[in-house]
Amino acid sequence: MTTTDTLTIVVVEEDRDRAIAIVDALKNASDCDVVVIGGSSGLARKIAAHAPDIVLIDIDNPTRDMMEELTLASGPLERPVAMFVSGAAGGLAKAAIEAGVSAYVVDGLSPNRIKPVLDTAIARFAMVRQMRSELAETRRALEERKVIDRAKGQLMKAKGIDEGAAYALLRKAAMDQGRRVADIADALVTASGLLG
Amino acid sequence: MKSVTLPVAFMPLVDAAPLIIAQEMGFAEAEGIALDLIAAPSWSSVRDMLAIGRVDAAHMLSPQPIAMAMGLGGVATQVSAVSVLSVNGNVIGVGKRLEERLRHIGFEFDFSDPLRAAEALAQVSHEPIVFGVPFPFSMHVQLLRYWSRASALGSDGVAIRTVPPPLMARALANGEVDAFCVGEPWGSVAVEQGSGALLLPGNAIWSFAPEKVLAARTDWAETEPDLLGRLMRAVWKAGRWLAAPDVRAAASDVLSRKAYLDMPSELIDRALSGNLTLSGQGEQRHVEGFLEFHQGAASFPWRSQARWIAQQLRKSVGGEGNFNADDIARVFRSDLHRMHLSSLNPDLPGASEKVEGAIPHAMPVASAGGALTLLRNQFFDGQIFDPALF
Repeated sequence: MTTTDTLTIVVVEEDRDRAIAIVDALKNASDCDVVVIGGSSGLARKIAAHAPDIVLIDIDNPTRDMMEELTLASGPLERPVAMFVSGAAGGLAKAAIEAGVSAYVVDGLSPNRIKPVLDTAIARFAMVRQMRSELAETRRALEERKVIDRAKGQLMKAKGIDEGAAYALLRKAAMDQGRRVADIADALVTASGLLG
Repeated sequence: MKSVTLPVAFMPLVDAAPLIIAQEMGFAEAEGIALDLIAAPSWSSVRDMLAIGRVDAAHMLSPQPIAMAMGLGGVATQVSAVSVLSVNGNVIGVGKRLEERLRHIGFEFDFSDPLRAAEALAQVSHEPIVFGVPFPFSMHVQLLRYWSRASALGSDGVAIRTVPPPLMARALANGEVDAFCVGEPWGSVAVEQGSGALLLPGNAIWSFAPEKVLAARTDWAETEPDLLGRLMRAVWKAGRWLAAPDVRAAASDVLSRKAYLDMPSELIDRALSGNLTLSGQGEQRHVEGFLEFHQGAASFPWRSQARWIAQQLRKSVGGEGNFNADDIARVFRSDLHRMHLSSLNPDLPGASEKVEGAIPHAMPVASAGGALTLLRNQFFDGQIFDPALF
């Protein structure tokens, strides 16, 4: 139940570790009850059952569309929510979206009660987003390394040259064409795959 | 001339084709722009990106800008629908359990008769049938409501839940929904996954329903007329290109790429050709006008379409009388459409409103070039919608 001084926050998050990290951060930052909802079935009604003041969800989560009915006066919430994107705290909302969190805030909640919660959520989600993009970057670099190694191998076999010379050839082709070495390597591997 | 890059949000659906083709087939480049197409995870996300200015334009459900203008939903930024991107293209389908019950009573999946389909559903289900749809403000909801109200299902015979199409199979399997209305390729995906069978194409309910629009923030549309015009012309040319019968293979190939739909091109081709596979038993049907990008001035945003959508929204979600119907009608920018496409000499209609549902077969109408034919525009129950009365 919502009382005057304790905010009820629902966090929609399937990943348990991430959910725990977000809950801890929120509890440290403000006086609030935090409920985590995992799975997507009946999401809007599950959220409504907690009568939250604020709902936080990853912006990339496709189940966000299931929450849209929370914004309707005819929907399951007593006080419908607004997506925290337009309105008074425009700058904060933009920061939230850039950090990858969308916040839904019930009608009539004052901005100075929202701000500490959002600041915390933004910081936490931004951190997660950064970690994710670093992970993706590492994976991509690894993939590129593999392709370059295969292209070098094919050049060494076809031309009877050593590894250093093979790499020099790839690099020269890349510079001549204004492309990346990984792209040249990829084209070579694809082409020799076609030629059998 | 240095080309300008415009960020544009889209949902990975077959009807995002005009945007994807505009970029991939050089229509954008010819206008001196490049489209940075950003695939969105949800319709809420498309709307937010547009509202905060992360993107300049977006592929949107036709009722989305109208709902925003009516103050419905989470965000109320003023957005203009400057072109209709696609007409029709949805399918209504049932999950395995309903499919079995329908087959049991001898229902033939003919994919054409909304009245018979409704009677059969009413016969096999004594409780409201729960339909999954992608978004509360969508043509999907409006077609389902219209169909149930005017058929044996009745308005209480249908309950509607929002379920993102990629999660529909699971929702059908665990009984959360019994049936669905989705855009392609998701109907064909449901058939391929064995989670259901297709019952009706959307155009069996309304034969000329504006499905997706090209949307831009109203302030941006008015302060960047040059960029908007280039974008609209590129997209219009892409729609015209898509209407040619011999481009289908190339189009489904481009759409199938990882950056766009990331689906087999064969699945995408079903919507583009109108040749749909209805169920695991392999019934196939060809649907005339299943998905239109260009024919019959498909891109023209009729204000009467906006009024019809607003009226349906008011019926289904209330939207109290707090808005002016003429303002809502102007969310569909027939004015900007004419202004920015005029240099291409497209044959656009002379009027900006028409009686919806009153064209029983393709017919010539008054137009700028004098040779425009509008396609059949009928509701399945034979009713008409007179925009002057809303």
